[in-house]
Amino acid sequence: MGAVFAAMLRREMALAWRGRTEVLLALSFFVVVVCLFPFGIGPEANQLRSIAPGVVWVTALLASLLALPRLFEHDLRDGTLEQLLLSPEPAVLWVLAKVAVHWLVSGVPVALFAPLLAGLYDLQPDVLPLLAGTLLLGSPTLTLIGAIGAALTLGVRSGAVLLALLVLPLAVPVLIFGAGAVEAALGGVSYAAHLALLGAGMLAAVALAPWACVAALRLAVQ
Amino acid sequence: MNATQERRQRWRQGLEARQRSPRSLWRFAAPQQFYPLAGWLAPWFAALAAVLAVVGLYLAFFVAPTDAQQGEVYRVIFIHVPAAWMSMFLYLVMAFWGIVGWVLNTRLSFMMAHALAPTGAIWCFIALWTGALWGKPTWGTYWVWDARLTSQLLLMFLYLGYLALTRAIEDPRRADRAGALLAIVGSINVPIIYFSVKWWNTLHQGASVSLTRAPSMATIMLVTMLVMAFAAWFYSIAVALWRVRTLILERERHTDWVAAEIDRLAAKEKE
Repeated sequence: MGAVFAAMLRREMALAWRGRTEVLLALSFFVVVVCLFPFGIGPEANQLRSIAPGVVWVTALLASLLALPRLFEHDLRDGTLEQLLLSPEPAVLWVLAKVAVHWLVSGVPVALFAPLLAGLYDLQPDVLPLLAGTLLLGSPTLTLIGAIGAALTLGVRSGAVLLALLVLPLAVPVLIFGAGAVEAALGGVSYAAHLALLGAGMLAAVALAPWACVAALRLAVQ
Repeated sequence: MNATQERRQRWRQGLEARQRSPRSLWRFAAPQQFYPLAGWLAPWFAALAAVLAVVGLYLAFFVAPTDAQQGEVYRVIFIHVPAAWMSMFLYLVMAFWGIVGWVLNTRLSFMMAHALAPTGAIWCFIALWTGALWGKPTWGTYWVWDARLTSQLLLMFLYLGYLALTRAIEDPRRADRAGALLAIVGSINVPIIYFSVKWWNTLHQGASVSLTRAPSMATIMLVTMLVMAFAAWFYSIAVALWRVRTLILERERHTDWVAAEIDRLAAKEKE
């Protein structure tokens, strides 16, 4: 059982490496959009500092959304998905592996870049690791919820827009606790509860989302 | 065939036998049986809803006293609160039919979920709209980022997502099941959204007005609200039944009985 997980992990890593421009696209979207806000709002440092956690988090959410339609699309088109679903291996495992790699190449780079960009917003340096930490803790949940949406909208016309409508309302709690932790730290309040809730959300999503995802994938290939 | 599949098939055959049995309630799980039942039930529920609405509106406008603090404007709650209750309740009912459909493999359950969604979305919209109209004179603003308002707004998005998804997928079997899956995921998320938004709101110290510290309500106001809630409930049932009849005709159009029914309806129209 571990073998199928590992095999899928290797395959997805190889695919991600070969299509690395696609990976860079989501990241550059994140960078450009974060840099866009000051033009709309004005370069006043106090204001920018107060909106920085929210801007970074919302943009990270949008960037994760941008990469999601790719998750199962190639596999659907070349028939891999059908073969995988027909195989006797437990589908939950390889779905989890796919999602894990997707998170590794879309969620992690964003989390690592976020502190750099938050520097542009004059955010205090001591909360920058926390910002990256909340993104690392929260983005797996976003990817897992998004994977359900991607599976539901797989092969549907205007699926990418539909995906946004399905996933964004469900992602609100993650956004609240992620950006909230940074804001709590800025306000000098304890942020432990935020982190605990983000972690709890991630564990619940890891346990439940793959099952819903597999059910939706089976519908998509029928 | 392994043991699980065998058991499942046996169980399914049992279900089909129960559906065919003329005295079992299960027979109404078959669209052909449910169609006349829905046609018979819907006018009764509609009539009941109309009577309750008339009584409720009379109580709301002529019997219930003017509120000491809010004046006349408070009367909008007789529409607003039932609408908000219905919008949340109908989402759960949708998820319930989705679960029933997944477990029992009955097409009618998915059709019920389909039929409920537009009504739920409309209640959600009415709740938001009347809430804004009430908020302007009372709070001085149409909108505050209060926990209840915000989760109601997100519920509206969830309804729109369900409607968009089920309409975008062309294959009805997939649309049914994908919609049900989304409704189930959404119904797990609704309480999480509510509590997270509530927590976010208290941390921000945003809205200074709290709906939770409502002053104790006069009995007549509560009775009026309950009468209106029942009117809204029966209206929702009636509309959903009518809608499910249309869905049945559309989905089962390849069958003989639907062809006969459509001929009958066309003849009636001509008269």
